[in-house]
Amino acid sequence: MRLSPDEIIFWQQGVFKLNATLVFTWALMLVLAVGARLITRRLVTDHTRSRWQNLLEIVVTAIVKQIEEVGLPHPEKYLGFLGTLFLFVATASLCTVIPGFEPPTGSLSTTAALALCVLVAVPMFGISEQGLGNYLKSYVKPTFIMLPFNIISEISRTLALAVRLFGNMMSGAMIIAILLTITPFIFPIIMTLLGLLTGMVQAYIFSILAAVYIAAATRKREPRTGAASPT
Amino acid sequence: MLIDWFTVGAQVLNFLVLVWLMKRFLYKPILDAIDAREKRIAAELADADAKMAEAQKERAEFQQRNEEFDRNRAALLSKAKDEVKAERERLLEEARRAADALTAKRQESMVNDARNLSQAITRRTQDEVFAIARKTLNDLAGTSLEERMAEVFIRRLRGLSDQARQVLIEAFKTGSGPAFVRSAFELPEGQRAAIGTALNETLSADVRVEFETTPDLVSGIELTSNGQKVAWSISDHLASLEKGVGELLKGKSKPETGDGTQPGGAKDSNGNP
Repeated sequence: MRLSPDEIIFWQQGVFKLNATLVFTWALMLVLAVGARLITRRLVTDHTRSRWQNLLEIVVTAIVKQIEEVGLPHPEKYLGFLGTLFLFVATASLCTVIPGFEPPTGSLSTTAALALCVLVAVPMFGISEQGLGNYLKSYVKPTFIMLPFNIISEISRTLALAVRLFGNMMSGAMIIAILLTITPFIFPIIMTLLGLLTGMVQAYIFSILAAVYIAAATRKREPRTGAASPT
Repeated sequence: MLIDWFTVGAQVLNFLVLVWLMKRFLYKPILDAIDAREKRIAAELADADAKMAEAQKERAEFQQRNEEFDRNRAALLSKAKDEVKAERERLLEEARRAADALTAKRQESMVNDARNLSQAITRRTQDEVFAIARKTLNDLAGTSLEERMAEVFIRRLRGLSDQARQVLIEAFKTGSGPAFVRSAFELPEGQRAAIGTALNETLSADVRVEFETTPDLVSGIELTSNGQKVAWSISDHLASLEKGVGELLKGKSKPETGDGTQPGGAKDSNGNP
């Protein structure tokens, strides 16, 4: 039984191979980039604007607002990373309604790649925001004993990110495949709709968790007495 | 094995490329467009605020100007009223003065008329009196009027006072020319001789006498020598008559003007007219 689109291999040369995950990822990238380019090519700053521009503006401002609500003071800085995470995962889930489409997020390789990106991005943003020393100090807080636990938590949450998304996406596709073999067509459709919902929820969860991690890493820990002392 | 590490690497790369693409083609243009629109709206709002402020300022200014205009108008109106009042006073005063002047002129012309009338009366009276006198004298006397005149003249000459005679003598002595005897009519030879004799006797000197005819005398004879004069003529009498008539007229016109200007009842009530 096939659990991942990685197993569909179109071409292979040594370690280099062209599997369904990569192909569908490129397809998604193409759709997202070309669609964005087509719409943003004719942007207007007037009061009347096209519906597509309205849609994109709603999506972008919603993401910006969400990032801000998590507690990041300058959302434009993190918009590229977090927004793309959300859009990629969400688009991959949406495209499952297309017959024959295998979501790239249904491959543990893809979710692991995304989780690794988060794993690297969190300390990067943290260091850029509060400096290397301050960031590293946050690992030994409140006491030095906490250092191994902090490191373990860092790794385990990355693993959890990857496995959570993979599990949800893979299970959705798997359930539909199983249902197709034993039930009439009406049930797989319902399950597909349910899959759309879980896909959107997973996209939201993935990007929000990444935002929370970044927020935790970039937050400056001010001394409590300093805040209370009168100037 | 579920994880294919080549795919993981490729996907990381893919994701980074997608981040760049999205930044390039989606977030940046969209955010820029939103910013531009917000800026534009802010600018429009600011512009509207500025326009409103300006409009309010202009409204205040206009109101102030309006009030000023009203004030000016009221001031001008009151000034015009005052001027009209003053002009009216002036015109009334002028009319009053003109009326007074006309009244004065009328009074003056009345006085002139009275004077002219009195003069005419005088002249007429003079002529009439002379005519009547002449006629009466002609009718009454056997001798001619001129003869009587000569007689009267001679008598006056003889009846001169000593002082007057001395003055005449002095005049004849100092004077180089002859003495002139003027009469209204040509004197007959006898009378001329009588007058010459009377002169010689009165002045105790030989006087050269020349006789002249002067119709101005009306009727009469006068002797002049070096500024001194002895005369009898109707002209003299008429002059005195005219003086008397003139005084009479003057006396008559004065009470009339006095009555016209003063209320007469006041004197009567006091009992002291």
